[in-house]
Amino acid sequence: MSKGNLTRRGVLKTGAVAGAGLVLPTYLRAQESGFTNAPTGSTVTLGFNVPQSGPYADEGADQLRAYELAVEHLNGEGDGGMMNTFSSKALQGNGILGKKVEYVTGDTQTKSDAARASAKSMIEKDGAIMITGGSSSGVAVAVQALCQEAGVIFMAGLTHSNDTTGKDKRANGFRHFFNSYMSGAALAPVLAANYGTDRKAYHLTADYNWGYTTEEAVRTSTEAMGWETVGTVLTPLTQTDFSSYITPVLQSDADVLVLNHYGGNMVNSLTNAVQFGLRDRVVNGKNFEIVVPLYSRLMAKGAGANVKGIFGSTNWHWSLQDDGSKAFVQSFGTKYGFPPSQAAHTVYCQMMLYADAVERAGSFAPCAVAEALEGFEFDGLGNGPTLYRAEDHQCFKDVLVVRGKENPTSEFDLLEVVEVTPVDQVTYAPDHPQFAGGALGTCNNGA
Amino acid sequence: MFGLDKKDASLLLIVAVLVAFAPFLLNPFPEGSAMAQFNAGYPDLMQRFVIFGIFAIGFNILFGLTGYLSFGHAAFLGVGSYAAVWMFKLLSMNVLPAIILAVITAGIFALIIGYVSLRRSGIYFSILTLAFAQMSFALAYSVLTPITGGETGLQLALDDPRIFGSSTTAEGNIPVPGFFGLEMRDSTELVLGNWVFTFNVGYYFAAIIMLAAFYLSIRIFRSPFGMMLRAIKSNQQRLNYTGLNPRPYTLAAFVISGMYAGLAGGLMASMDPLAGAERMFWTASGEVVLMTILGGVGTLIGPVLGAGLIKYMENIISKINADILHTWFAFLPDGLEDLVVTMIYPFIGKGWHLTLGIVFMLVVIFLPGGLVQGGQKLAGLFGRKKASQPKNATTEPAE
Repeated sequence: MSKGNLTRRGVLKTGAVAGAGLVLPTYLRAQESGFTNAPTGSTVTLGFNVPQSGPYADEGADQLRAYELAVEHLNGEGDGGMMNTFSSKALQGNGILGKKVEYVTGDTQTKSDAARASAKSMIEKDGAIMITGGSSSGVAVAVQALCQEAGVIFMAGLTHSNDTTGKDKRANGFRHFFNSYMSGAALAPVLAANYGTDRKAYHLTADYNWGYTTEEAVRTSTEAMGWETVGTVLTPLTQTDFSSYITPVLQSDADVLVLNHYGGNMVNSLTNAVQFGLRDRVVNGKNFEIVVPLYSRLMAKGAGANVKGIFGSTNWHWSLQDDGSKAFVQSFGTKYGFPPSQAAHTVYCQMMLYADAVERAGSFAPCAVAEALEGFEFDGLGNGPTLYRAEDHQCFKDVLVVRGKENPTSEFDLLEVVEVTPVDQVTYAPDHPQFAGGALGTCNNGA
Repeated sequence: MFGLDKKDASLLLIVAVLVAFAPFLLNPFPEGSAMAQFNAGYPDLMQRFVIFGIFAIGFNILFGLTGYLSFGHAAFLGVGSYAAVWMFKLLSMNVLPAIILAVITAGIFALIIGYVSLRRSGIYFSILTLAFAQMSFALAYSVLTPITGGETGLQLALDDPRIFGSSTTAEGNIPVPGFFGLEMRDSTELVLGNWVFTFNVGYYFAAIIMLAAFYLSIRIFRSPFGMMLRAIKSNQQRLNYTGLNPRPYTLAAFVISGMYAGLAGGLMASMDPLAGAERMFWTASGEVVLMTILGGVGTLIGPVLGAGLIKYMENIISKINADILHTWFAFLPDGLEDLVVTMIYPFIGKGWHLTLGIVFMLVVIFLPGGLVQGGQKLAGLFGRKKASQPKNATTEPAE
């Protein structure tokens, strides 16, 4: 090997390392706080991990808007939004525990790996004390597990699969959004009232985790009402043309089609179904109907006139008239010029709930925050009285059953609320079969 | 040294030094400064650098030496990850059995896929490997959900058996991967003034394996076997007429490079115990091709540099958002500030792919030999030292 250069550099570096080794004990960053990324200065950093590219980029962009709004409100800027209507008055508008809220953003790309990489860099590099976001269950579950390991709180964004607070629940993770089971339980009575109890349903289901749990939930709930399930077919997530899946529906004796699809999938499958004339069909002397278990305004916009009269469920809708919703729509609308989506609403609530829990706990330590959130009952965040259940960290609140509006007055006024299903009707036992198989474990404070 | 000649030994030594001091080299900016945004010296990214370095080194053994362009290499990475996570679930949280099984499984997988795919060459080979990788992805994503966890990915759970370890820690959490008691996620921080340097166990573990993998790749490049692979690249027909059957050689190269990918997959799972199907998606296979070409096909160090550059952009550029831009250009008058931010905005954040595309185009057009050629040109420019030194330090592209 060549001498000169390398050896000299080697000597220098060895010297540097030896020196560093000697001072190491004195300069090791003390973790006397006892938890990961304890904020030391006058600011606290939160990590917003949302899809900025990929199929759910629209939802991600809306979530980011809501996060920025929430940060403004927490820091005492803007009109305060739902902070004024929130039943807990611990928040002062001076940041969280007097520390100004700062944030970092990342792109999940709707991929578990990318989402975890992004969350890790927030935790390891930027010192984020809490991670929030996600517009898909796969990502939410993956990031939740990561936060559990790293010892930070995860406030889930838009994730509807039962597994997030079921089989894959974690002690450091919390979900405000509703889930597949609740959709099924809320929809079934409305469907029975409108379409009768002797229907034959055919399911088209997106071939991934969320699709499975949604199909199971809707099937169980409707079968309990007396419906019969005549067929279930899985469709690939990347499918854009559903014609070949619609034809068999025409040949079956089904009179209801359930589309367990979300986002672009739902827009395409619904459009295909309408093009095939399913809605003008009469089977067994009954009008053929279509049901979409999880609705969002952004999807309704994509599907256009096809959504008219179609039932579905949603977590929140901007046309709600309670004080919390009105205040939120007001401040979001003032800042951005259009009403917020349910994705924006749920993450805004999650921010408020986290900040409030920290204030009440008097500490940023994840275990203290988790304890403050567990069993917390609150109101004024747009969904009526809500409980953060301690057993599985799932929020229990009323669920909205909505229908595509016949005569929309604007491009945002696409859904109408048909029924607000009371919370009792969608509550289930923590060990319900659709949620069985997981354990919270114990909360982790990290380093 | 280690049976290497002088040039290769010094190259290995340089890489070893770079890797050992990466926590310093990648964190040149003090904490809290505006430039801290560009620091890359945090454990997750450093781990990614070396792990994808291994992946690219392995890919280069196939692509750089034989010229067979596999477009489905991510499948082996994914298989390796799944195998490793299953070992964590069933056996124990020790990374050693996990990595060994990952390499073996990926090797078997590569043998099967290679046996079929290598009946064709050129574009047909690429398409075949791509098809196999997409098949693996589709299987992992939905059909094999009980084994792979489907879309959610394969995760550890509290009730996994882990027969040689404990299912849960004393605190009631899932144990973390470790190497005989050394936990992969353990870090030590060194604070010097405003600088914070993080030394992570997982990183150094992966780095040592990467050096071993790099050493092995040098030996393969310099061996008669490597010479045979080069012969296949330069003129396979001629080789056939000489009476040599190139198939066993290409298959061996394919399996070796598949095992490298499996090793990388196993390490990824060891650093972060989760395996997701999207690791096998065709874009992931494309990424390693980009890494290799960006760094320099057929060179020893090139793929590692390419992997580093892509991972750096993916993790650093993608995290710059409009707010950060505004703080950078706050010194400009308002209108101008907005204009500058609007002009740069498409290239940062989610637009990092665009930046990567531009860099890739520039490299392919002006430096067909990749970053390595860039380095050689630079060295030539400042040719005070004997120009042969850096030139020898890297290897000529195999052709």
